[in-house]
Amino acid sequence: MSSESVDEMVVEAIAAFCSASDLESLKVARLTHFGDRSEISLANREIGALPPAAKAEVGKRIGEAKARVKEALESREAELTQIRDNEVLLSEKVDVSVPVDRLKRGARHPLTTLMERLCDVFIAMGYEIAEGPELELEWANFDALNFPKDHPARLMQDTFFVESPDSGVVLRTHTSPIQVRAMLERELPIYVVAPGRVFRTDELDATHTPVFHQIEGLAVDKGLSMADLRGTLNHLAHVMFGPQIDIRWRPSFFPFTEPSAEVDLKCFVCLGDSSAVGCRACGGEGWIEWGGCGMVNPKVLRAVGIDPDVYSGFAFGMGIERTLMFRSGVSDMRDMVEGDIRFTGAFGLEA
Amino acid sequence: MKLPLSWIKEFAPVQESGREVAQALINAGLEVESVDTLGEGIHGTLVIGRVLEIEELTEFKKPIRWCQVDIGTQIRGIVCGASNFSVGEHVVVAEPGVTLPGDFTITSRETYGHVSDGMICSERELGLGPDHAGIMVLSGVEPGQNANELLGIGDQVLDIAITPDRGYALSVRGIAREVATAFGVDLRDPASHFEPELGAPKTGTTPRDCVIDDFSACELLTLRTIYGFNPDALTPRYMVARLQASGMRSISLAVDVTNYVMLELGQPTHAFDLDKLEGAVRVRRVESGEKLETLDHVERILSPRDTVIADSSGPIALAGTMGGFATEIDENTTNIAIEAAFFPASTVAGNSRRHKISSEASRRFERGVDRELAPVASARVCALLIEHGGGIYAGMSAVESPMSETVIEFDLDLSTRTAGMTIDHATVIEKLDAIGATHEPRGPGTLLVTPASWRPDLTQPADLVEEVVRLVGYEKLPSTLPSAPAGRGLTFEQRTRRRVGNLLAGRGVHEILAYPFIGSADLDALRFPESDPRRSSPTLINPLSELAPKMRSTLLPGLLSVAARNVGRGENDLALYEIGSVFLGGVNKSELDPGVESKPSDHAWVDMQQALPAQPEHLGAVFCGAVESAGVWGSPRLASWRDSLDAVIAVADELGIALEIRSGSDPSFHPGRCAQVMLVGAGDVIGFAGELHPSIVEYWNLPKRSCAAEVDLTKLMSAARRSTVAPAFSNSPLAKEDLAFVVERGYPATEVEAVIREATGDLLEAIRLFDVYEGDQIPSSHKSLAYSLRLRSEGHTLSAEQLHNLRDRIISLVAERVGGTLR
Repeated sequence: MSSESVDEMVVEAIAAFCSASDLESLKVARLTHFGDRSEISLANREIGALPPAAKAEVGKRIGEAKARVKEALESREAELTQIRDNEVLLSEKVDVSVPVDRLKRGARHPLTTLMERLCDVFIAMGYEIAEGPELELEWANFDALNFPKDHPARLMQDTFFVESPDSGVVLRTHTSPIQVRAMLERELPIYVVAPGRVFRTDELDATHTPVFHQIEGLAVDKGLSMADLRGTLNHLAHVMFGPQIDIRWRPSFFPFTEPSAEVDLKCFVCLGDSSAVGCRACGGEGWIEWGGCGMVNPKVLRAVGIDPDVYSGFAFGMGIERTLMFRSGVSDMRDMVEGDIRFTGAFGLEA
Repeated sequence: MKLPLSWIKEFAPVQESGREVAQALINAGLEVESVDTLGEGIHGTLVIGRVLEIEELTEFKKPIRWCQVDIGTQIRGIVCGASNFSVGEHVVVAEPGVTLPGDFTITSRETYGHVSDGMICSERELGLGPDHAGIMVLSGVEPGQNANELLGIGDQVLDIAITPDRGYALSVRGIAREVATAFGVDLRDPASHFEPELGAPKTGTTPRDCVIDDFSACELLTLRTIYGFNPDALTPRYMVARLQASGMRSISLAVDVTNYVMLELGQPTHAFDLDKLEGAVRVRRVESGEKLETLDHVERILSPRDTVIADSSGPIALAGTMGGFATEIDENTTNIAIEAAFFPASTVAGNSRRHKISSEASRRFERGVDRELAPVASARVCALLIEHGGGIYAGMSAVESPMSETVIEFDLDLSTRTAGMTIDHATVIEKLDAIGATHEPRGPGTLLVTPASWRPDLTQPADLVEEVVRLVGYEKLPSTLPSAPAGRGLTFEQRTRRRVGNLLAGRGVHEILAYPFIGSADLDALRFPESDPRRSSPTLINPLSELAPKMRSTLLPGLLSVAARNVGRGENDLALYEIGSVFLGGVNKSELDPGVESKPSDHAWVDMQQALPAQPEHLGAVFCGAVESAGVWGSPRLASWRDSLDAVIAVADELGIALEIRSGSDPSFHPGRCAQVMLVGAGDVIGFAGELHPSIVEYWNLPKRSCAAEVDLTKLMSAARRSTVAPAFSNSPLAKEDLAFVVERGYPATEVEAVIREATGDLLEAIRLFDVYEGDQIPSSHKSLAYSLRLRSEGHTLSAEQLHNLRDRIISLVAERVGGTLR
């Protein structure tokens, strides 16, 4: 292996690298001149077969040659990489501002996701989610909840009757029959919330819909008080609307709770400043009606076999539509009913 | 109920404004909906004028009058465009300088050829009521009197909504009691002094007799008699003003007085023309075939369950609800019988509901009237009638059943325990006193409490607690959080609904929540045959629309209607889904009524629920127009049967369920492009997916070739994989093999795939059909199915020989089972 022939290999290799115009052709040149089957590699492999006297000299010669070839390769590779980065990739530049939304976006209905959100607040407090049917026993919807037959409170509910007025089955007018089911079917103590769709014979307009959603809450345990109920609803209001949104109670009447209260939210626009003239959100009242609540009437506990002298309970119910109206500034009930995807799409996967 | 503040203050002497009184009432649990000022915007004093002369001016397009009006101090000439008054009548005059609502200041000005020196006013111009038809004509007044006082201008009117438990609050007396309690002043109870005022009957006269046949329908009946009443007597002005402010019209003195007393005390009374009555007045049940023409001129066929007031000629009033026409007071009535009674709520509720009459009287009886009030109210009525209409009081006849008093054993600590804050015994007793309850000690810390007669709603300790806590003030309640036992989180079904929703929304589908009401037109449009079980779902007896009286048995009508609405608004490219109950079968009417005194047995509870129809949860979806938009990348991709089927399969995959998809034949779908969905190994069809039948697409005006799917989500969820076992997989090198088989065209691809799977066994990691070919290159009525196989063995590399053998095995098994040949 003469030094001339080794030099020749080196010169050829360097020339080939220099003439490579891009990384692809450099790769071909590398395989030819510096790959496993290149002349220089074959020469390197033959060193072992040389007589011991020649080994050192030839070894040194080929080692130096390899180093030169490697250096040339690396330097050319660096040059070509830079060329690619600076010129070739730049020439492939696209306009990333053009639309890319080939796949359409979907969304869940904000009433659904809002109910989930409300449920999650209670799940975090240890509650479970109870359910019941939409076509419900009149006994569970009314009788067991202390709505006497013919009582004005029962007539005020604007009930949809099914098949006949005395079929004993109605479209539930509230989620409260789920309370009855929970108390009949679950072990004490009970801490549940129950979201669901309810029905009353109202005409659809900007503020009413005959089919709407409520979330019901029920806790039955030893020693529960109105203070516990108030704290629970305060917590819910703070989580859903922010720490500045307190609640207010007004005495009211529901057959299935005693004592009973209406629950108002502090107006999120004027924050309860009743001097705010013409607050559109609350009409200058400073408070907005949110739902009803109270301590479970002992008559209801008796109807489901719970001893009111040992256990007490509280219950509450909020309108989901109203809640969405406050949270998201929905001004017309019909938007939540009609299924226009421009409305639903705005909410995505969370309300 | 509307009440003027001045009337409330007559019995609750407070100085506060209407707004402050309203806030106190709200805190006490009465819903005050508005506080309005009568004649708001009137500045200056209106006066009463007497019309002296009227000259009709006829040269104008509309009738115009030139009037001379005596206002006491002077005579003013006034031009007026109304013509409902005559010479000698009294009207309300706004003199120049007076400002009327709307910032309209009266000036002396020339109009219609005269200088009009003031204005004759209508109710509406003064902001007192809606009546614009004519000028207010007053009686019992003198020229020059201050009309502001006579009309109650400046008085505030509270509009109060009363919850059904608070019957006593449907009166000035009840509201005044709440106001007095709230502000800590003494109530001047109007019920305490009227009977003595009326005095004794004139000697020698006798009242008409009265009788109660059935004490369960009426507990107390009184009848007071007046002779020689002047039927032309006028209602005093203050009374007219108060009635009007309360939203009632003045009709005649006799009627006005009964209405006035009902508003004042909360006790309905009724005035009969005594000369039209035959014999004793009696409360009784209806006898068969009886009828009654009520005051509203409706002839009512009475039910045997109704309670009526009758004389010997038959029914003369529907008890507690509405009087009869034949015995009403008229312009000639001189002898009057005033009936006042206590009817239990159930009596009147039944009458009211059966005859669909909601009257001022029935509203009060249904909510509970003070049992002791009837004789007091009728004394008040008689005293007012005689004061303003003359006549001789001839005494009262009365019958009553013994009163059953409610006595409540009340633990003085119960309020503290219920409220969650300390309310000491003295406070509890103070609040019981405030609501008029009487009490005596029972033992240590316990009272026997007798609620006031006007509070029939108070029957148990919890009712008293509400009274105590609301009077202490709900705003004083502290906030604490109970500690619930550790919960288990959402159930599998609850989590699954969220997963399904998120999955579909992530695929570009929008959720809808449609009303669950459908009609037979929907079922016809969906092409359901008469025998289809989806035609028999429960029917509402009072639907919102006669066109949609049935509960939905399928989600499709709701989805298609909402799709149509979006299309109508210009959005043709739509994918919608809904998760919701459908209703199948009918209601099984049951006679089971477990009552409410104790819990129904577990057995009875199960039996009761047999009444309910099946209400499975379904998942439905509809796809219209493009599922992938047009854009710089090219044309849109239109929805096809594949998209609707893939939505179902994707949901099933997420739930770990293997589906069996076969060609289906639901009438709502394109007969050649309908997949029926089954659970593998289970026989029943749980849903359909595919392209909608063209006639359905046309009926709902949807884009051509719209697609849909509906599956029983309840069944899917019950078949779902509850927990996942992690798969074991090999990292040996992958071998790929493509094979195409020619089979008869009708042969389902899934069955060919099943044969390949069987032949390949464990070595098959995945198989995918990537091409279906029909055409010249293969025999007609055949198709070519091209499969791509991914093969891998556990622990070693598949050899060329193994692969070769495997290929031969697949080819021979497909030939044997399917008759397919390798292409």
